[in-house]
Amino acid sequence: MITININGLDLQVEKGTTLLEAARFLGFPIPTLCHMEGLSPYGACRLCVVEIGESPRTRLVSSCTYPVEEGLRVRTASSRVLKARRMILELLLASCPQSKIIQDLASKHEIRQQRFRQEHDDCILCGLCVRMCEEQMAAKAIGFRGRGRTRSIGTPFDIKSEVCRLCGGCIYVCPACQLRCTYSDPEKAICGGCANISPPCVKKEKFDDMMCYMDPCVACEIKQD
Amino acid sequence: MSSVAESAGDSHRAPDDGRREDDADTFLPGGLISALEEIQARYGYLPREQLLEIAATTGRSLVDIYGVATFYRAFSLTPRGRHLVSACLGTACHVRGGPAIAQELEHQLGIRAGQTTPDNEFTLETVNCLGACALGPVVVVDGHYFSNVRTAGVKDILEKARRGIDRVEIDTDQRIFPVEVSCARCNHSLMDPRHPIDNYPSIRVTVSFGNKHGWLAISSLYGSYNTAAEHEIPSLTIVDMFCPHCHAEMIGAGKCGECGAPMVPMIVRGGGMVQICARRGCKGHILDLGGTSIE
Repeated sequence: MITININGLDLQVEKGTTLLEAARFLGFPIPTLCHMEGLSPYGACRLCVVEIGESPRTRLVSSCTYPVEEGLRVRTASSRVLKARRMILELLLASCPQSKIIQDLASKHEIRQQRFRQEHDDCILCGLCVRMCEEQMAAKAIGFRGRGRTRSIGTPFDIKSEVCRLCGGCIYVCPACQLRCTYSDPEKAICGGCANISPPCVKKEKFDDMMCYMDPCVACEIKQD
Repeated sequence: MSSVAESAGDSHRAPDDGRREDDADTFLPGGLISALEEIQARYGYLPREQLLEIAATTGRSLVDIYGVATFYRAFSLTPRGRHLVSACLGTACHVRGGPAIAQELEHQLGIRAGQTTPDNEFTLETVNCLGACALGPVVVVDGHYFSNVRTAGVKDILEKARRGIDRVEIDTDQRIFPVEVSCARCNHSLMDPRHPIDNYPSIRVTVSFGNKHGWLAISSLYGSYNTAAEHEIPSLTIVDMFCPHCHAEMIGAGKCGECGAPMVPMIVRGGGMVQICARRGCKGHILDLGGTSIE
């Protein structure tokens, strides 16, 4: 067991626990976007920053990827953490201003104005959908492509993937793109199950372990009518 | 101690002793970039079918392969032209007028950076630094660096590329000198004064490839790649070379550092060895004049 100190409270946790898990165990709220239980931690959204170490040599780390260390002092809501978190949220909001989840988080953190130009992307590259597809659905239909400014998530060659079983898991976990699989922007749809209005359930017959995340499922409703 | 012995034994193992099959079964991470590089070298780009084939043979998912292929600038998913023109837009080249050069190249070729001309002759791309900042602005055409480029000189560079940038100026280039070689086995001279190439006696050997068999004359100028042959040898073919006197196959132990084909050794009169790559079109060669080797 390893003893750490979070916001003045001592806590004994098992080796390999992350700071995020330890802090949540104590009930300290840490906002996250790219973290999800059951998926490997990724550290992409940086919202979960916490301050570690003794002053004056403290530093900010992403708590979802940082394993506990013996005697580590952690502050989850110091002024430095809150300032950094607000800046990150402001930037995320600028890239995806239409995301309800990011809007809510920003409002919770009292961001009242936007200083950055709105980009209206539909992706913050958090990789949740990629990990969902690979780790939970064992499909590996989508992944990261390119790098730098042109980095994006999608299927190879932008064609419908043969290993995609239209489970909708990628859309279910996405914090930014609720609009992506409604008809508003069909050419950017990841799985295309909704965009081409072919009921995904029909094709799913060939997969015995079908798990459907489509909720509400437009295709099923069409089928019922 | 045992681990040291094992790793030492590993390094001496021949590459083809079954490790390859093991790799395919357990698909150890690694080797993907080399595979992609080989495909890129063969086709000039990464065709979709080849990526699917890698996915099928290695068991790796297409997503991972596609991610790597799109990550690196060295890989291209669209066919490239015969000549690759890179204009440097790094900081030093930028302040020395790189953007004007890139613009002039775009204008002359009629394409934007990153595109290929419709006749598949030129691909133009911009790079962020080539590490030759003192020479800026730098333009690289097929691996040849042009330094201190002015907009007026762009036309000349493209003209040179069209003519073939590897064609050397035999009369003026100081680095080119004639060699006289003989067979490594019978030591009989291979020089043929009756069929001169580049105005020097050629090196005459017998080659066979496929079901063809005939003579091949190679320029004896070290640095010239001109040849003449009885049967046209298709590009990238690996040929077997034979001595026309003792009829023994001229084959050495070495492999070409450029393409991995076998190297053909010949003795240089005056001491030393020269080895040339047996692959048609490959320029791999090693000149070893008594211990000092030039590649």
